[in-house]
Amino acid sequence: MNLQTVGTSPHRGGGFERVTGQQKYVADIKLPGMLESKLVTIDCAHAKILSIDTAEAKKVPGVRLVMTAADLPQPVPRFGPQVADRPVLADGEVKFHGEPVALVVAETLHAAEQAARLVHVQYEELPAAFTVSMALDPAAPLVMDPSLRPNDPLAKTNIFNEHHFGWGEIDESKADLVVENTYSFPMVTQFAIEPHAFIAAPDKDGIAVWSTIQHPYWLQKILAGLLKLPLSKVRVYAPDPGGGFGGKQHTKYEPALVFAAMKLGCPVRLVLTLEETFQAVRRTSCETHIRTGFTRDGRLVFQDIKAHYLLGAYVDIADRVVAKGSYAGAGPYNVPAVRILSKSILSHTPPATAFRGFGNPEVNWAVESNMDEAARLLGIDRLEIRLRNLAKKGDTFIPYDKPADGDWSQTVLKAAELIEWHKPLSPSRHRGIAVGIKLGPTTGLSYSLVRLLADGSVIVSCGTSDMGQGARTVVAQIAAEELGVPYDKVSVVMGDTATVPYDQQTSASRSTVLMGNSVLKACRAIHAQLKTRLAKVYKIDESEISVEHGRVALPDREYPIPELIKVALGKLGGEIIGVGEERKDAEQGHPLGGPACFYEFNCTAVEAEVDKSTGDVTITRYVTVSDVGTSINPLQVRMQDEGAAVQGLGHTLMEHYIFDEKGRIRNLGAADYRILTTMDLPKEFYSETVENADGPGPYGAKGMSEGALLCVSSAVASAVGDAIGTTIRDLPLTPERVWMALQAQK
Amino acid sequence: MEKLIPIEMNINNQHYKLEVSPSKRLLDVLREDLDLTATKECCGIGECGACTVLVNGKAVNSCLMLAVEADGATILTAEGLASNGRLDALQEAFLEKGAVQCGFCIPGQLMAAKYLLTQNPHPTREEVEEGMAGNLCRCGGYERIIEAVLSVAEKGEEQL
Repeated sequence: MNLQTVGTSPHRGGGFERVTGQQKYVADIKLPGMLESKLVTIDCAHAKILSIDTAEAKKVPGVRLVMTAADLPQPVPRFGPQVADRPVLADGEVKFHGEPVALVVAETLHAAEQAARLVHVQYEELPAAFTVSMALDPAAPLVMDPSLRPNDPLAKTNIFNEHHFGWGEIDESKADLVVENTYSFPMVTQFAIEPHAFIAAPDKDGIAVWSTIQHPYWLQKILAGLLKLPLSKVRVYAPDPGGGFGGKQHTKYEPALVFAAMKLGCPVRLVLTLEETFQAVRRTSCETHIRTGFTRDGRLVFQDIKAHYLLGAYVDIADRVVAKGSYAGAGPYNVPAVRILSKSILSHTPPATAFRGFGNPEVNWAVESNMDEAARLLGIDRLEIRLRNLAKKGDTFIPYDKPADGDWSQTVLKAAELIEWHKPLSPSRHRGIAVGIKLGPTTGLSYSLVRLLADGSVIVSCGTSDMGQGARTVVAQIAAEELGVPYDKVSVVMGDTATVPYDQQTSASRSTVLMGNSVLKACRAIHAQLKTRLAKVYKIDESEISVEHGRVALPDREYPIPELIKVALGKLGGEIIGVGEERKDAEQGHPLGGPACFYEFNCTAVEAEVDKSTGDVTITRYVTVSDVGTSINPLQVRMQDEGAAVQGLGHTLMEHYIFDEKGRIRNLGAADYRILTTMDLPKEFYSETVENADGPGPYGAKGMSEGALLCVSSAVASAVGDAIGTTIRDLPLTPERVWMALQAQK
Repeated sequence: MEKLIPIEMNINNQHYKLEVSPSKRLLDVLREDLDLTATKECCGIGECGACTVLVNGKAVNSCLMLAVEADGATILTAEGLASNGRLDALQEAFLEKGAVQCGFCIPGQLMAAKYLLTQNPHPTREEVEEGMAGNLCRCGGYERIIEAVLSVAEKGEEQL
């Protein structure tokens, strides 16, 4: 196929607005008469609220409302994507450090902040469970009220759910070596540079909400349910978020804002501080106990995985994170017997939610580290042991799921070549390699609307959120390709539930495949209409015309589509409208509700130095290779993988929440919670792809952008372990931790 | 009522006469009073660089400067980088090299880069890494930003 726009890297859609500062994020939007608001919190992880005195706060000039749970409909409405467990405002009890007990609304932010400090909360501090072991202690305080989950045998524990996956019979006698370890993955936060922001405004007989949300249609559904309004009366505007990474998937403080706006009859805005975002969203931390059986020649015999994921005080989407993250826990290998037990454990910590990788990096860290340990014990090369076990294309490596959909050894060998795996290194340098896999979406529904206008320009309406991953550019490229128009004549409309058709969600690296296919289908619907109209105009049979891939073939000659639009439209002009629908239905009986749409497969290889006097790790060379099927936009693919890699280096080397003895977070904000800067980068960086056009998306594309984060920790730890001669099983690999490991050897 | 203080600033070649609260940050005056929202707020404590603007030619975290301190100052924000509809060389390079993803940190990155290149028109890669270290990005791996800044540096001073 001769591609024009697909496979090139035109300037990002919305790029001009972003470099000139014209791009409007939620916090940049001002509505007439809009009030500002501030959350009221207490410095406590778990407390019983005895009373809230708002009298003094209400006296601050400019204050219009101090809203507590008592001002809400009773019983206090609750919501959540998996279970409706989260109250709009704390209802008698604070269950995590930062849970809001009130919302102050005022004419200025200054007044709201001032008044928030004058809301006097009397409370009784209660013991908090903020680690896995604390939460599993039989004497631990219960996080979730058992009445919220009737008939649940686990209701009187802090275990929200248990997931069992696996196949085959684990038979230790068949293994020559069993490697057994426990690994911990830290609690980290998404840290989008744009803090969450929300505006709610009464809108005729309904409500309008602006949110930094990834899933506007899910938010619309939640709000309609809470307010008992028809969906058509809840309008969600979702301007392109300033980074999401999963942390902006689900409803947070929009319900509180909506109740305040409806009480006051005017728009109300809430912009979180960065500290508040740390208390709103985070990744599930995890402790994984793993036993892996190997034959003498390094072949996997069994994987026995117990993963204890720590959720927060409310479930959010985190139980799904646990299920989907652990389901493919045995990795991209052919393993005869697998037993996975993963637990979703509630705790008095901020609600865990989706975060790039969706539960997979947590278990990958254990599985891949165990592979390394086995390689060392068996005297097998760490690259070789992976190649020996890797599923081949077409192998059913997870029973009843999609067979391996890529030539994964090609990816691994490419990474090995770029890191020069077999070339001798100077004694101070060490290498590590790891692989990672993640399931793409298991269900999906994406509608799109493509309009081919009379002058050959195009408008694409689609409900995907472009939070930086570049969906706006990709869908425009697909439409340009299919309709034969230049890329810069395509406009993309997103982020308004009232005007843009439904899209299930922007997650699981789905948009290029599911929304991409939807846009492709909408373009093909236009092709079909063009054919019918041109057949009429030229008085020939439709079978004599073919319209595809930007071109019209008439019996005598071929034309680019734009040259024939006016002919096809006739005197009245107008436009041709195509509707696209891409659906991946749920499959009954499948443990995840459906098999993977595609796999994201990545191999990461690093070369590193460890300063043995300080424990400081320097990455001297970094290689990430992803199997992406086809790059619709090669530069964007690279940008995404580089970003995923550097984000992964964050939880690998430096990021983690630090709690005090009462469960309060001690490192809120950018000064005390460090992410990588330009000074922390690998000295050499290679981001490459393998492209065999074997994906289910347009032109053979697969989803991508999470893959490059999956196995970062394992690859780096592999090199560090090689350097220091001992294995570290807790992340992050801070200088302190590496230094301690070195000292322990002495 | 709090007493307001009269100040004057030149922002992006426009003269402004304002009365501001002594507790207001320069960032708030830009964003709230003047609706110059290119300048972003993320951390609010001078660690992320999203609010970087040039004050009398120097890169400043506008969340750490009171508006009254900017009385009489000449200020450049990302809105003022392009002139007569023509993008600044840095803006062009950021688009060309793929430095822009979600875009939220970009105005601050551009202003930090602008300052870096006025101080040091031909920086080495290490000098760019050091010069941009105060600006956090979470979407990309910084590689594209560094490459964009270096590409402008190679073109020479006259491009600035």
